This record gives sequence, structure tokens and C-alpha cells, in this order.
Amino acid sequence: MTDDAKRSGLSRRSFLRSGAAGALSGGLAAGLLTEEAAGAAADTDAPKTVGPGPVEIELEVNGVTRRLAVEPRVTLLDGLRDRLDVTGPKRVCDRGTCGACTVLEEGRPIYACSRLMIESAGRSVTTVEGLGSPDAMHDVQQAFVENDAQQCGYCTPGFVVATAALLARHPAPSEQEIEAGLGGNLCRCGTYKGIRAVVEGAGGGGVSGG
Amino acid sequence: MADYSWPEAERRALIGSRPARLDGPVKSTGFAKYPSDQNPQGLLAAKILTCPHAHARIVGIDTSAAEAMPGVRVVHVIQGEGAEIQWAGDEVAAVAAVTEEVARDALRAIRVDYEVLPHFVTEADRDGAPDARPAGERTEGDPDAAFATAHRTVERTLGMPQMAHMCLEPHGQVCSWDGDELEVHASTQAVSTLGGQFATELGVPASQVRIRTEYMGGGFGSKFSPDRWGIVGAELARKAGAPVKLFLERDQEVTVAGSRPSAFARIRASADEQGRLVAWDSDSWGSGGLPGTGQTPLPYVFSRLPNRRTRHTSVPTNLAGSRAWRAPNHPQACFLTMAVLDDLADELGLDPIDFLERNLDLTGRADTYREQFAIAAEMASWKERWQPRDRTREGAVHRGLGVSVHTWGGRGHSSNCDVTVHPDGAVEARIGSQDIGTGTRTIVAQVLAETFGLELHQVRVSLGDNVYPQSGPSGGSSTVGGVTASTRRAAQDALREVLVHVAPRLEAEPEQLVAGGGRVFVEGDSSRGMSWREAAAQIGGAPISVQGRNPGPGRLISSGVGGVQIADVEVDIETGVVQVERMIAVQDCGLIINRRLAESQVYGGLIMGVGYALYEEWIPDPVSGRLLNADMEFYKLAGLVDVGSLEVHMMTGPGYDERGVIGLGEPPVISPGAAISNAVANAIGVRVPYLPLTPDRVLDALAGRGGPA
Repeated sequence: MTDDAKRSGLSRRSFLRSGAAGALSGGLAAGLLTEEAAGAAADTDAPKTVGPGPVEIELEVNGVTRRLAVEPRVTLLDGLRDRLDVTGPKRVCDRGTCGACTVLEEGRPIYACSRLMIESAGRSVTTVEGLGSPDAMHDVQQAFVENDAQQCGYCTPGFVVATAALLARHPAPSEQEIEAGLGGNLCRCGTYKGIRAVVEGAGGGGVSGG
Repeated sequence: MADYSWPEAERRALIGSRPARLDGPVKSTGFAKYPSDQNPQGLLAAKILTCPHAHARIVGIDTSAAEAMPGVRVVHVIQGEGAEIQWAGDEVAAVAAVTEEVARDALRAIRVDYEVLPHFVTEADRDGAPDARPAGERTEGDPDAAFATAHRTVERTLGMPQMAHMCLEPHGQVCSWDGDELEVHASTQAVSTLGGQFATELGVPASQVRIRTEYMGGGFGSKFSPDRWGIVGAELARKAGAPVKLFLERDQEVTVAGSRPSAFARIRASADEQGRLVAWDSDSWGSGGLPGTGQTPLPYVFSRLPNRRTRHTSVPTNLAGSRAWRAPNHPQACFLTMAVLDDLADELGLDPIDFLERNLDLTGRADTYREQFAIAAEMASWKERWQPRDRTREGAVHRGLGVSVHTWGGRGHSSNCDVTVHPDGAVEARIGSQDIGTGTRTIVAQVLAETFGLELHQVRVSLGDNVYPQSGPSGGSSTVGGVTASTRRAAQDALREVLVHVAPRLEAEPEQLVAGGGRVFVEGDSSRGMSWREAAAQIGGAPISVQGRNPGPGRLISSGVGGVQIADVEVDIETGVVQVERMIAVQDCGLIINRRLAESQVYGGLIMGVGYALYEEWIPDPVSGRLLNADMEFYKLAGLVDVGSLEVHMMTGPGYDERGVIGLGEPPVISPGAAISNAVANAIGVRVPYLPLTPDRVLDALAGRGGPA
């Protein structure tokens, strides 16, 4: 593994305020613009390209600052799994369809397979491992256990993260909100009955075990 | 001989209860490390180059550019010059490199020249198939005479295409060599048998191959062997002198790593004036890729139907060979049979449940089905809600009910389990089984804890490793019977040994003692007892270790189950869209170890069934010979909002429990295709002849066109 991870001791907020991370983030964003778009934006901000070789980036993963050199083509998912050994998010479809790789970036659920890792530079990423641990489970994780909302468990990390994001926004979600929040995740064993029980048991703001 | 049995109902503390699965917390937090999550030090990533042609001969292969690339460690030719490739996606070469990205670059640098040969991938087209061959014909009674005098006859051509297993964790493994010892973290359903298969292919003793599968991401019948990518992964690791991770990419997983055979048939069936089945003639065909298919078991369930003729034709195609798919052959046979019987009921003017009940003597378990029909009909309010087929075409949305029945064996497989009681009271089981998501780890723990009168958290279960005693592959719904029987026998024997040591202290005979509630005591006088910990201390300094086996003495397991399912659907006749509103499943499986996990198996079967009834199919392109939907965008699985309301009733208690443990993974996935198709026919007044029930097929049927399969 190429990472030199260490506890930063910084909160996410102070991490994002740090000049280095901010500059890195801005530089990369500019570098990813097309030439036309960048030219139209500002002459003074000449587009900066990175790659194809490895690029040094920093990002916060589950509250820990991680620094690594990664090629621009590496997805956030592959970077997490292969470079940082954060294997909760799973690679299943690898095409933004099944949701097994769902993580939170700055609190918002995204498909980690459909994002380049360098796009997440300077940002905070929370995977299923960051929500809770077996001895201190997040309410949603506890509810997945109690409702048997998992069989082989390979879709579970993505479903847990998507469900946590859904319930954070909509504590008692409507059918349309459930469809929007979880319609982008797929299970093969057929655990939807339990997952629905997790979500519908959530009415009133908390997740109940049902 | 010692007596082996399950405790009486009133004495069961854990068996039949609803404890949560023990590995739930590690799975729901992402802490569970699957084979594909293993990242040992110095790991290399491997990728496989596949053939883009459905039929071709390799004229030349040049790997020199790939070998020269920085970061590439090994390039391995799997099929070289002169090899004939029989399906798109077949493996040609493999690369191990420092990262996945470099390995993919290296694949692109390999040059392969092919002589492209003619191919055939249109499985439904029996007449156009170059290699179609007869695969069985059988006649019982006199079908021609019976058809000639029958009261009502229907004739239908029906079918369902090949579909994918679509395991979420792709097939693959991480291989590491230490000298001539190989360790494989494999995503497999067969921990105890896989090592020997690796050993044979690699030329090392089986004793030197370790298989580890703590967790695995789905198999459904497709993960029993090392496969070519397993052997290649081990070879790459041996050549590289480093661990190698090789998991299939999603397009490879869909294309080569598992499909269910198709089944098509032209069927005639007849009944007399009393609604009794009198004649059957089926001319079936199907494909499982290159190997074709064997006979589909027709007529399904009603197999004692007199006067029947069955013929089958195997249709080989230039597609990868099929694999066992959850309840092999049954979903296809069920759909073909139950659709025709449903149409015949309509022709007779009978309620289909009434019609099936009139013919239950043609099945092997009439009493079970009769009881299950009554329960399912009650749950569905069938008597109040069922109407004859709606042929009005008034309004856009039409509702319908459909029914189906199914059967399965489910006898426990060969299994060995070591149970050890330590002097400090610790109890553990070691078993070379695997938990493929069905809850095997949890049910073994329940049997163990039940036998010793302990709480679930007081026992430890180790599985998923071939250093543990041999236990069978998880296929055919055979695991629950196998592992619970071997565990129970070992646990009962180990407990008896403990009781021999305890008896003198309690001034009783060992046979008078029982374990329960964390204590060992004289039956009928719980004051004469001691804590489990104290009891275990009586065994002396060394642990007691006992192996239990299955098969073995005592009636712990049996086989043979029935199930009835009812589908309640809405069909929009303007768009052709089918929505499953409700699925009802009534299922027996003998003695239930864990109600929660048993119900989960049935819910899962219903959900997978909605998937193949409405969405799932392999779509091979006749021109290129490749699958058009080797992905998850266009190969559609059912989603959370697609499956409607699911209701399960388990047949349990007196009359069922005495049969012992019977497997459950497969039966509930058999009926949904038939039940949903029958519900659609009930809703729209016409049979949609092919699954999945996509809008185009529904609209074709409504327009009076048979449409393409």
C-alpha cells in the first residue's frame, strides 16, 4: 500500500480550511475543465492539466487524512479499495448502476465508481465503515441487522450508506423519496423486504428495529 | 446406539426462534472481509483478455509489447495459436501487474489475430440451429387416443430465455504461495471440495491447498469450481512469486460465469368433463450455451399425469456453458406446465385452484398442496377477489391473480463437524462449510447452543476454511440439513461425555441429566444441578472433542417439500407495463431452525422470481454473437420498488417439525415466473407466451401476435 495514513487530529471543517487542501482542490478543479470552458472562465486562470502520471492528493476518509499519489484515471472506488484498503464499498457494476459503492462525499451520497479519486481531493469521504463499527453500530446498521436486511451482504454497504443519507434528509420518507433514495441500489439475494422495513420503521425521526 | 433427535417443541429454547444472523454486524458495517477485499502485502492485480468473437480460431498471439510494459510482472497465454474459441468471452490471456490499471493497459497491448468462424447464438430458433440434437423422448399410456376423446384441449408455445446468475461479488480469488503451499481466498460455495480441484490442476498435493471463504458475495449455483480463472490466478501468483488478485470484470461475470438454461416448448394438454387431466404432449427445446440442455422435467409436479408424451431437443449455441441456477430446471418446468394448466382451466371455465385441486392425486404430495392452497387462497382473499379472465379491454389498468405450485428435495448433504467443549466451559464447532448468505453460521450456532443449553453468544462457530472437517458444497438446498445434523450429533455426543463426568457429583446417572438455561441438572429436579461452567470443569484438564457426521443415525433430516404461490398484478394495457402488487408464498421445509432466516430465504426467492418474471434475460446479438447486455444497466435486476408487497407463510409445527430439517433455499424461487405469468393472463385475458414479461411482449400478446421469444 502506498498510503501514509495518519490521524490528522483535525476536524473536517479545519481540514477544509487548511490552505494546502484548498489550493489543491481548486487547482484540480481547474485542471479538469475543458479548454473552452476554462478559456471562457478566465484568461488569468490558465487551465492546469494533471496526469497521466500519479498526482499527489489528500483527502479525508472516515475522519482520517489520507495522502497518496494516484493516477487521475483511478476511480474513487478503486482508490479506496486498492490504495487505501478501505474495502467496505464494493465494486459490482462499476458503471453507476447498482449502488454497491455508495459513499458520502461531504455528506452527500455518490457512486464511488463514477468519480475519479482526484475529484475528491480536499474533500471528506465517509464509507460504511465510517458510520459505525460492529461494537458501535449506526442506527441504520443496527436496523439492517434486526430486520435481516442482508444475506450475502455484498450490496449491504452501499444500501446502508444510501439509507443513512435518505433518512438524514427525510426521517419519514414518502414512497417517492424512498424510490429516489434507494432506487439506485440493487440486491441479488432479495433483501428488499428487510430494507423496506428499515426505512419504514424510521418514521418519527429515528430508525427502529421493527 | 446413542439416540440423536431434536428436542421436543416445548423444550426448544433457540431452535425455531428468530435470532438475528450472527454476522449481521460485520456485514452491515463493512467490516466483513470478502475474498475480493483481501489485500495482502505485495499484492498484484490480474486481468483476463477474452475473445470478442463467438466462434474463432486463434491465428497468432503476440504478447511481447505487454511483457515489456513497466509494472507488468507476468503475461500468461491461456489459449494460443491454433486454439478454437467457441464463445465470446472465452479466456485467451492473462496479465499480472502492479495495479489494475497497468494490467488493463497490458491487455490492450496484447495482439491476437483471429480467423472468425460462423456462429449461432439464437437459442429459441431450434429449426435454424446447426447442431440441434434429440435429447430424449418418452411415452406413457396412449396420448393419441386420450387427446382424441378429451373434453377440452389447449395447445401453446411458451418459453423463457437464458438468464444470468449475476452474483454481486464476481467470480475470482486471491492466490498466495508460500513455497509449494497455496492459500486461496475464494468466492466459492464449495470450501471443502475446492482445494482438491486446485491441487489436481496445479500438480500439488491437495493437502497443500488452503481454501478460505469467511464471507462471499453470492453464488446461486455458479460457484462450485475453481474455474479457469482460478487456476490461471494461481499460476500467475506462482510465476510472479507474489499474491495475485483476479476477479472477473462485470461484463465477464455476466457473459461467462453463470447462466440458467433456456426452455421452450410446444405443449398440448387435455382434460375430461370433470376437469381431470387426461393427456399431455410436450415438444421442448432449450439451450445452456455450447453444451445444449438435457430434458426438462415435464409435466411438472403433476408428473403422474396419464397418457403423456415428452420429447426434448438440445440446442447448442456459441455461448458460454450454463451452470446450476437456484433450483436447476424447476423454474422452467414450472412455468411451462403451470401456464398450460392455467390456460386449460380457463378453457374449462374453472377457477385454476379448483382445477389444480381436482388433479392433486397426480402429484406426490396432495395433502400438503391442499393445505397450502387453502392458506394461500385465504391470504389472497382469492374466493372474493378472483374473477375469470378479463377480456374487456376497458380502461388502461387491469388487475389479475395467478397461482402456481412447486416441489423440491432438499436432503442434507454429507457433512462433518467437530465440536469441542473446553474445561472452562467454552464450546466451539468447526465445520468446513460456508455461509453463502443463507445464515449457515447462525444456524450451526443455534444447534450448538440449544444442545448445551447455552445462549447464542456463548458458543463459537468456525467455518469457511478447508482445514475444518469436510462439509458439502452449498447446492441443492442441502446445507441446512447437512450441517445441522452433523452439528447436532457431535454436540449430543460431546454433551453425553460431559454428563458422564458430572453425574457422580450430582449422585445421579448420566442419562438422568439434562442441559438447559446455562445449567446441568437432574431432569425433574433442577435444584440438583450446577452451572454449565462448573459442569465443564468436571471433564479434567483436556477438552472433549467429538466429530459428528451426516448421514448418520437418528431422524434429524428428511427431504421433499411443496409450496404454493399467488401473484397479484396490475397490467397497463396501453404501455404493456406489469407491476407486481403482491406475492404470497406458502412453503414447508420441515423443522425450521431460524424463523427469521427461513423467511428471508422465501422473500429472497420471491424477489429473484419477480426479476426473472419481468426483467431478466441474456440478449445475445445474432450478428456479433456477443451479449448486448453484459452489464447492469441493460441486464435488469428487480429493484426495491419493483417487488410489491411480499407475504410469507411457513408451514411449521406438528405434522411438519417431526420430518426434521429440510432445505429451503431453492423452492421459493420456482413458482414466481408461473404465478406472475398466470396473473397477467388473468388480468388481460390472453397468455403472454414468453418470459420475461417485458412491455413489448405484453403488447404483442394483446395485439394477437405471438411475437419473438
